[in-house]
Amino acid sequence: VREDFEAALRRVFDAEVPHVAALGISVEAFDGRCVVMRLPYGEELVGNPETGVLFGGAVSTLIDTACGMGVIAALETPRIVVTLDLRIDYLRPALSGRDLMVRAECYHVTRHVAFSRALAYHDDRERPVASAQGSFILARDSTRETSGLQPGAVPRDGGGDGR
Amino acid sequence: MSSLADALAHARAQGDLKPLVAAIPYFRFLGLEAELRDGQVLARLPFKDTLIGNPMLPALHGGVTSAFLEAAAVLQVLMSIETVKVPRTINITVDYLRPGRAQTVFAAARILRAGQRVANLSVECWQERDDMPIAAARCNFMIADSAS
Repeated sequence: VREDFEAALRRVFDAEVPHVAALGISVEAFDGRCVVMRLPYGEELVGNPETGVLFGGAVSTLIDTACGMGVIAALETPRIVVTLDLRIDYLRPALSGRDLMVRAECYHVTRHVAFSRALAYHDDRERPVASAQGSFILARDSTRETSGLQPGAVPRDGGGDGR
Repeated sequence: MSSLADALAHARAQGDLKPLVAAIPYFRFLGLEAELRDGQVLARLPFKDTLIGNPMLPALHGGVTSAFLEAAAVLQVLMSIETVKVPRTINITVDYLRPGRAQTVFAAARILRAGQRVANLSVECWQERDDMPIAAARCNFMIADSAS
């Protein structure tokens, strides 16, 4: 069952999320609560044309995607996860022309919220380019009878998304 | 003089941000647009399918929202602070407030402090109503021109 779940996740993240596909992000490794993903270097993703370094926002997408997938991996039954907040610290400049890896770990799950952290690096995990920490809202478990109550952390302004 | 420096000089002199946005590959990749209103950058991101993060809803990818907020902040720094380089992001914290729907997003940034080396900004983005932001960010940028 676990293998099916992993295969399904790979498929979703490799091809069925348009923006992930547009960036060429792929799943490299998958181990319980840890997910490793790769963002191939692309000239169209450069944020500073004088240095050729990727724009931070592309790194954000890589990290957000990996953290969210790490949360799904840590859950017993798959649920939709929605990013609540994400903080990224840029520790050293990324290098031009090099792929970026991220290793994300979901380190705590509560009923409504999961917590993840991640490091982005080129080759050496001991020399990270960026470090990140985020929280994720878990959508209500559709396999269980649910009340009309929503998690309290999200503004409730009609036409809600079920968070 | 590089095309980036030319575009920056043009934007500051004419208030026209098109060449500046065009000079940054990732902004072109997103399809970002920006204009200047009384010194304030208004960034705009028209919807397109490749920005989708959840095809079921469909909703914008959270990373797109984050990148767009950061881009609006970078443009505001470039238009407000005398620097000739793209500011380097030290950190960014994004709060996701509402789902990003399949429509245009707008963003505006406010400089809370511009020091000798570091600028701190608050950024919000919204879709239909500017009093209902879909996400907000706080970010710090290194703006010193010397290697530091």
